[in-house]
Amino acid sequence: MSEKALEISNLVKVYANNLKALKGISFSVEKGDFIALLGPNGAGKSTTIGIICSLVNKTSGEVKVYGHSIDEDLEAAKRCIGLVPQEFNFAQFETCKQIVVTQAGYYGVPRKKALIKAEEVLKQLGLWDKANVQARQLSGGMKRRLMIARALMHEPKILILDEPTAGVDIEIRRSMWELLTQLNEQGTTIVLTTHYLEEAEQLCRNIAIINHGEIIENTTMKDLISRLDVETFVLDLDKMPKKFPDIAGIVFRKRDDSSIEIDVPKQSDLNQVFNHLSKEKIKVLSMRNKANRLEELFVQLTEKNAEASHV
Amino acid sequence: MFKKYNKAAFIALQSIIIKEITRYFRIWVQTLLPPAITMSLYFVIFGQLIGSRVGQMGGVSYMEYITPGIIMMSVITNSYSNVVSSFFSSKFQRNVEEMLVSPVPTLFILMGYVLGGVSRGLLTGIIVTIVASQFVDININNWAILIVVVILTSMLFATGGLVNAIFAKKFDDISIVPTFILTPLTYLGGVFYSIKLLPEFWQSVSLANPILYMVNAFRYGFLGFSDIEIVHALVLISVFIVSLLSLAYYLLAKGIGIRS
Repeated sequence: MSEKALEISNLVKVYANNLKALKGISFSVEKGDFIALLGPNGAGKSTTIGIICSLVNKTSGEVKVYGHSIDEDLEAAKRCIGLVPQEFNFAQFETCKQIVVTQAGYYGVPRKKALIKAEEVLKQLGLWDKANVQARQLSGGMKRRLMIARALMHEPKILILDEPTAGVDIEIRRSMWELLTQLNEQGTTIVLTTHYLEEAEQLCRNIAIINHGEIIENTTMKDLISRLDVETFVLDLDKMPKKFPDIAGIVFRKRDDSSIEIDVPKQSDLNQVFNHLSKEKIKVLSMRNKANRLEELFVQLTEKNAEASHV
Repeated sequence: MFKKYNKAAFIALQSIIIKEITRYFRIWVQTLLPPAITMSLYFVIFGQLIGSRVGQMGGVSYMEYITPGIIMMSVITNSYSNVVSSFFSSKFQRNVEEMLVSPVPTLFILMGYVLGGVSRGLLTGIIVTIVASQFVDININNWAILIVVVILTSMLFATGGLVNAIFAKKFDDISIVPTFILTPLTYLGGVFYSIKLLPEFWQSVSLANPILYMVNAFRYGFLGFSDIEIVHALVLISVFIVSLLSLAYYLLAKGIGIRS
């Protein structure tokens, strides 16, 4: 049996309007991995997920899920997957319990077992008190959680989430992060697409970036982050220094009357900055990254790819 | 035929059928009540008021004559409309994807929707029969023919509804066939009259209407007479069922109208 949870080779998708959404992408996901699939809108993420889950017919190429080819053993491949799609796609007039129990039935879970599992999963997602409420009456965050609950009913080996936290408040987003981390620790492979790069950085061990239907990066999160040359920090101060120190490589900028920005090259000595401010008897009240580190890299990579594709 | 399918496929089938039945019971005011009211009006207006002046037809009262056709009309309409609206709504709300991502075999998706439609068709048939029994004595001439014909006809139109829903892209598309094809064919299918009353040319034209065969075969089950040969009716219905089921299976398997 294959050691890979997901193997994608030379996957091509050309839509009826001749749009080449995927140009022969290849990548794989290890069992138990937590991988982010990132890319700008229209890059090919949802098409890739659609093909893996049989919602989109591929033009050519191969997809294997836990060793099962979707061409030769589609049913076995489907059994391994739990999908949380980007858009709400449940029957709006059915209750939460009906939705999850029916879904379990599609995977062959007997009704009695499905009812027990439904209680467990809905409780896990904080939806048990809404079990008999129609889906259309739920808030946006609850609907997102319902889609995760539905995908978990047959205990999938690989959970694919297409922007699961879009439009969800930070509290619910964090509780979803906890749940996903917990599922991953229990052995579920997770593939996540998201626009919140902070989310990807915090949760995922590996990352694949797709742009214009091509994989432009497929590496570990650690490796990607280590490629950052410069990081920008924001320092909130109790008062502004008379002049900025002259420290090799470090660039200072005044942000407003009580905060400054500093660009710090990788492996620079930040202590010099603090020493200088201490000498001036200026207190640093707080310090934070100006922007998400991954966001900067993401923009750099996708822009570089866009330039290359225009040559 | 079903040996290659495991228990899971049958559980999936059960889930689709339960989902379908729950759906039309949830909206019973739109699904189960209207046939009872509409058909009561048919019995009152065509059966009692006009029928009393028409006199006998085929050796029975006009009310008795139209009863099988009216029941069949509700079976046809409800079997068709259940599947066409349910499947199209699933497409529209995209919850058909729940099934497409799951390992339910295509044959079982097809059977689930068709059996869901058949269950509503038969249930409304029973409701209309109960309503009819308030106006006329119901006597059954041949139970076997009656049951076989009603089930096959219901299956046929449930499958037709599914094919319509697969091709439909907007809500208008699911009302075109019932309004412009199904309703005229039903009214011209010998529900209210015997084609023997028509001039020879129109009798021959009527024979091209498949609903005529179903209504007459069903009438045979009730009253023991028919404008056409029962064997011809059964063969025709079977041919239509096999053709439409094959088409629906092909469309679902290829993902036409439901996959990009």
